Amino acid sequence: MTTANTAMFQASRLNQRNEKVQVLYRILFGIMTLMLITPVLLILGTLVVKGGGVISWEFLFTPPTDGMRTGGVLPALIGTIWLVMTALLLSVPIGIFAAIYLSEYAGDNWFTRTINLAIINLAGVPSIVHALFGLGAFVLFFGFGTSILAASLTLAVMTMPVVIVATRESLQAVPQAFREACWNMGATRWQTIRRVVLPNSVTGILTGVILEVSRTAGETAPIMFTGAVFFTPFLPQSVFDQTMALSLHLFVAATQVPGIAEDVPYGIALVLIGLVLTMNSASIAFRMWLRGKKKW
Amino acid sequence: MVSQSTIERPAGVADAKTGRTEPRIKLAVKDLSIRYGKVVALHGVNLEIHEHEIFGIIGPANAGKTSFLKAINRMDVFTPGMRVSGDIDFNGRDTRRLNNVYALRSRIGVVFPLPVGLPMTVYDNVALSPRLRGIKSKAELDVIVQRCLTRAALWDEVKDRLNALGSLLSGGQQQRLTIARALSQEPDLLMLDEFSIAVDPVTTMRIEDVLKELRQEVTIILVTNLVQQARRLADRTAFFLDSECVEIGVTEDLFTGEVKDQRTRDYVEGRFG
Repeated sequence: MTTANTAMFQASRLNQRNEKVQVLYRILFGIMTLMLITPVLLILGTLVVKGGGVISWEFLFTPPTDGMRTGGVLPALIGTIWLVMTALLLSVPIGIFAAIYLSEYAGDNWFTRTINLAIINLAGVPSIVHALFGLGAFVLFFGFGTSILAASLTLAVMTMPVVIVATRESLQAVPQAFREACWNMGATRWQTIRRVVLPNSVTGILTGVILEVSRTAGETAPIMFTGAVFFTPFLPQSVFDQTMALSLHLFVAATQVPGIAEDVPYGIALVLIGLVLTMNSASIAFRMWLRGKKKW
Repeated sequence: MVSQSTIERPAGVADAKTGRTEPRIKLAVKDLSIRYGKVVALHGVNLEIHEHEIFGIIGPANAGKTSFLKAINRMDVFTPGMRVSGDIDFNGRDTRRLNNVYALRSRIGVVFPLPVGLPMTVYDNVALSPRLRGIKSKAELDVIVQRCLTRAALWDEVKDRLNALGSLLSGGQQQRLTIARALSQEPDLLMLDEFSIAVDPVTTMRIEDVLKELRQEVTIILVTNLVQQARRLADRTAFFLDSECVEIGVTEDLFTGEVKDQRTRDYVEGRFG
């Protein structure tokens, strides 16, 4: 009896091999994760070390002076906030509503599949192509001129696939049984969406919005033809004004301004990343609060 | 081999049970066929379901039982590829030509094989249907929630945690929650689709007792894979096999009396395959 039990729990050669393989895979996945976060840490570290010195209230809240060699980044900082907010205002409602339609209403037919394919392709279009499209469509054809509106519309078109795909995925993660239970009670599709589907997919939708904020704030090409300018000491007063933007300002400071102190571009980059993180942390906090509240 | 399902009114027996001499017809199904694309799920079904009876439907998997229920509450509208032909009269109205399918569904409570506790609180689960009907008053909702949970034999277990998530209750509790939710619709007809699959025997018995009491107020269609469950509960029972309705009769007759089709007797006695 005892010997039989001992033999039963003795590791066979197959057990030993399985255990070895399992450890190997664990190490492999761990290394991949490290490789993933290494560049992030390196970038942030470099920026903080090289650019941390220039960050000050004065840097944040004064316009550039002396041909952008000295002074701060205020017009670019405010301009980026304008651009991101306007772009979000345009693309988030459209993106979410379109995703709800595609996920909850549209049947599985060639038309829907074509739309889905178009969305994926839209996400794959290089940003410089979006820039030229924005120039042709919003600046020239619609006559918005080079303005925050034209630039934000370009950014919105470019980032909308992110919102649509993230929203659609999180809607489809809600089990079909929940919808059917609700339909069987006599609820319409919209009642079901509002009371059961949306409350359980908000967190995923917010993830999409967070991704979009990051992309929108960092893009340079789409705005340099459509609304962002090389230099202006003025802050934008409306969406029809031109503006500076952090991303373009960083590009200009790093490549176009001779004799600029080396730490200034790093400082600008740090401000840009700080702005994105600040905007994101608000929605991340909101998302965590929602997550803590409910889950099936 | 071709079985002819005719509309039969059992003489005397069902009438004695319901205490009526002439049972009122709740649901009349005429020449019902259901297809999914080219696949036939159900073919040529004719039957009548009386008011305040428990109508059992037995049969192996893939016999078309669930499709039958879906056709009754017009879920075919939300099921891609599902094609229904024939007539289904509910309370004398032809449901196939009904525009307001939402009103129809709100009169029919459905309980699924696997319990579906919606990801909201126990209270909200039961209050959902009244809210869909436009009831807003908290006092009114409180009364409905307590009444439905009590009738579903769940009130005592959850009365102290009405704000807990419905989807976190145990399987048996969730199934009773589903029944409470169906009752909150104040249904005319209750359809249960193999409700005991994921439920322990004790809970199953409690739910069966609930159903026996509910018979006073609602008509019940009980689809079950447990032949003995149909025998315990159903006044009359239909046997579905291979997309056809093979037999309809007073339940006890399927077990002991005359059957039209030998396959019925084979199935209920477990000699099948």
